Amino acid sequence: MTKAFLINYDDCFGCHACEVACQMLHDLPVGQYGIKVECVGPWEYGTKKWQYDFVPVYTAQCTQCPERTSAGLLPSCVQHCEAQCLRYGDVDDLAAELDGQQKLILQVPPKPCSGAIA
Amino acid sequence: MEISEACVRVPHDKPYRYQVGDLTVTRGSAWSGPGCHDGCGVLMFTDKDGKLVRVEGDPDNPYNQGRLCCRCLALTEAVNHEDRLRYPLKRDPQFRGDASKWERITWEEAFDTIEERFKYYRDNFGAESVSFWKGTGRDIATYISRLAWSFGSPNLTSGINGIACYLPRVFGCQSTCGNFYVGDYSQQFADRYDNPAWKVPEIILIWGNNPIASNSDGLYGPWITDCMHRGSELVVIDPRLTWLASRAKYWLQIRPGTDAALAMGMANVIIKEGLYDHEFVERWCYGFDEFAERVSEWTPARVAEVCWVDEEEFVEASRAIAAADGMALQWGVAIDQTKEALPGSQAMFSIAAITGNLEKPGGMIVPPELLQYIGGWGSEFLSPEQKEKMLGLKEYPFYRSGVTNASDQLILRACETGEPYVQKAAWIQTSDLLTGTGPDPVRAEKALLLNEFNVGVDLFMTVTMNKLCDIVLPAATYPERNGIRVGDGVQHGETINKAVDGGEVKSDMEINLELGKRFNPEAWPWETVEDMYSYILEPTGLTFEQMQEEAPVYLPYEYYKYEKGLLRPDGQPGFNTPTGRVELWSTFYANLGMDPMPAYHEPAPSPYSTPDKYEDYPLIIITGCRDFNTFHSENRRQEHLRAIAPEPTLEIHPDTAAAYGVNDGEWVWVEGLYGRAKRMIKTTPAVDPRVVATTHGWSHPEAGLENNFDVDDLNINRLLDWDSVGECGVGSNYKSSLCRIYKVTDES
Repeated sequence: MTKAFLINYDDCFGCHACEVACQMLHDLPVGQYGIKVECVGPWEYGTKKWQYDFVPVYTAQCTQCPERTSAGLLPSCVQHCEAQCLRYGDVDDLAAELDGQQKLILQVPPKPCSGAIA
Repeated sequence: MEISEACVRVPHDKPYRYQVGDLTVTRGSAWSGPGCHDGCGVLMFTDKDGKLVRVEGDPDNPYNQGRLCCRCLALTEAVNHEDRLRYPLKRDPQFRGDASKWERITWEEAFDTIEERFKYYRDNFGAESVSFWKGTGRDIATYISRLAWSFGSPNLTSGINGIACYLPRVFGCQSTCGNFYVGDYSQQFADRYDNPAWKVPEIILIWGNNPIASNSDGLYGPWITDCMHRGSELVVIDPRLTWLASRAKYWLQIRPGTDAALAMGMANVIIKEGLYDHEFVERWCYGFDEFAERVSEWTPARVAEVCWVDEEEFVEASRAIAAADGMALQWGVAIDQTKEALPGSQAMFSIAAITGNLEKPGGMIVPPELLQYIGGWGSEFLSPEQKEKMLGLKEYPFYRSGVTNASDQLILRACETGEPYVQKAAWIQTSDLLTGTGPDPVRAEKALLLNEFNVGVDLFMTVTMNKLCDIVLPAATYPERNGIRVGDGVQHGETINKAVDGGEVKSDMEINLELGKRFNPEAWPWETVEDMYSYILEPTGLTFEQMQEEAPVYLPYEYYKYEKGLLRPDGQPGFNTPTGRVELWSTFYANLGMDPMPAYHEPAPSPYSTPDKYEDYPLIIITGCRDFNTFHSENRRQEHLRAIAPEPTLEIHPDTAAAYGVNDGEWVWVEGLYGRAKRMIKTTPAVDPRVVATTHGWSHPEAGLENNFDVDDLNINRLLDWDSVGECGVGSNYKSSLCRIYKVTDES
């Protein structure tokens, strides 16, 4: 079954724990990421209405942490996510949660191949 | 042993140290440098050579539940950093400031010299001629207090003006309510959110802090979002649109420093509209009528005018707070960092009291404690005569309420003038006061340079030590040593476990134990630091070594202790105050000659108290905002962390930036009444056009000690002064001052 990450981008508060957990585990240099958090906002689009989101994006260097998942652990970004806005699982299960009510993004990075991390 | 039977332990599948493939895993806690006040559960991974290769969150620990912030995740970059201070060093005092003059010495020579000099000053000038400076809390403060007091000096201090961090709230709350209270996020229960006695707060009132970034005072910030996922709504009082403010039901964009006015206004709405908890007030509050009259002048219209908030929204927020079944007041350091911190925090806490939220699930709780370390440890070793010499005790009656820190600015004055007695030496441990905490670092530097002998202890050579010290001692990071973690707020029995051999570095506690034995052996009867930890852990019934395996151990907790006679030493129901009630009118303050009730004091300087200065300095500046990647002056050397927010920024509204002709990424001078500092422009609508905001503790270690890490240009506290202390001796205007800005050019 294809694996995917489900991101609740209403809940992400931009702590960067996922980025650094990934960089440390996979020995990535400064400026390279397996997951990168982007900030969208803040701006006011109506009285007291604020656009202010953080959106994590999985990159080409994401391996999905096979050394962890094979040992029954979560990918490091998911375990360390302070906001608990990341989930990892079978794509069909996670896709079923896209309800049009919550701010969700389903990211399905290509299946990792050896050497995805340069 | 009474407590030990009721303690709750967390089951573990593995011992505290185990093997995974080629790596050794050591389970433990943080709660020490490099790191913050929290003390998260961590797993430290070391390789075959004993080198720290990775740190992860401990999924077994209910505190952080496997999560970890970026600072501890990048810990290897601090522990293994090439700049670490590795050996004791000495330098001839005539070369203070010159980093090339340090010479490596042995620990024996360092200890012998310190013992000889400190005892000489004690014998000839009194122990009060030696001041002891500690940095921000965590585990180390406990032992520094014992070192100072067992040496005989009452002049223990924190290097922050008006003790303006946490302690005003703590001492103020204890004075009027008998205990300090924290928000109830289930942190007292090992099974956390699943505990049947706990209830999620309906409202979390976040006042003057950004907890998801600051993680202060025993609060793991993400508990707020955990509660939001379980139904909590937020009311946020903050001059900046934090991310939490953007998710709040009500965000009141308060003018910096006007918190007391807003709090009294809220109390007034709640009382006027009859929304308070009548039964609780009737049975458990003292001075309600006087209090109601005092706050009555704070009408919504006046609050809106003084605090710059929307009147209607303010009233609605007040009503929501009163209506909540369970309201947790998440109060932060901004309350301490207004000049009149005590009446402000008193006003704020009164809201939690009159709405009946004390000792209630999802409200405010009295945290169970193992070691009351906030007040220090070992005060019995300070004789009454020496205690009476504590600087600040004569000037500020409030210091008799149990304040155990001397007044920083009065120590500096004693250095400068020899009044009321001379200063000869300073012990500066875990405090980079010229970089991060003290206002007007120019004055602090000049004053402390007048001392004959200064000693520093830290992880890295700091600007403070390089400018001031004659001997420096290398301290161990937390993976390099053993320790205990009780924590701020709700305490648990936990251990900091050594995973790495740090070579010649010693833990702060080993250093204090060794010197303590030399100064006053009776106060330090332990052979090893582990024996000392076992002594502190006695109430849990576990030794340090047992605790290493068993931790975390949760202390017993129950709600509504005031009804059960569990708050007072005499076992009677009620609160631990002279009246047995929560004192909205404080008998304690009245007896000290202080105002018994909350009051608003306009910050000074401000647009209204100093209109002439406001003309020249037309922006209000907030200092000490928090980034996720740094903790006070720490972390600037860790390259993966530094990349997250590489420079100190000045948050400024786009309209204001346009008016000044400055753009994102440009460097400006931020100049206040007492000095200036450089900042990089970051435009954002998160701040009011009349307000700018910035972070603190900045240095550029890459600039080298010959340039003092650029601290002389970057320290935002140069805008502040030491004399702006609250009338009662606590509180200082770190978060509401005035400034003007102009571009950094070759000429400027």
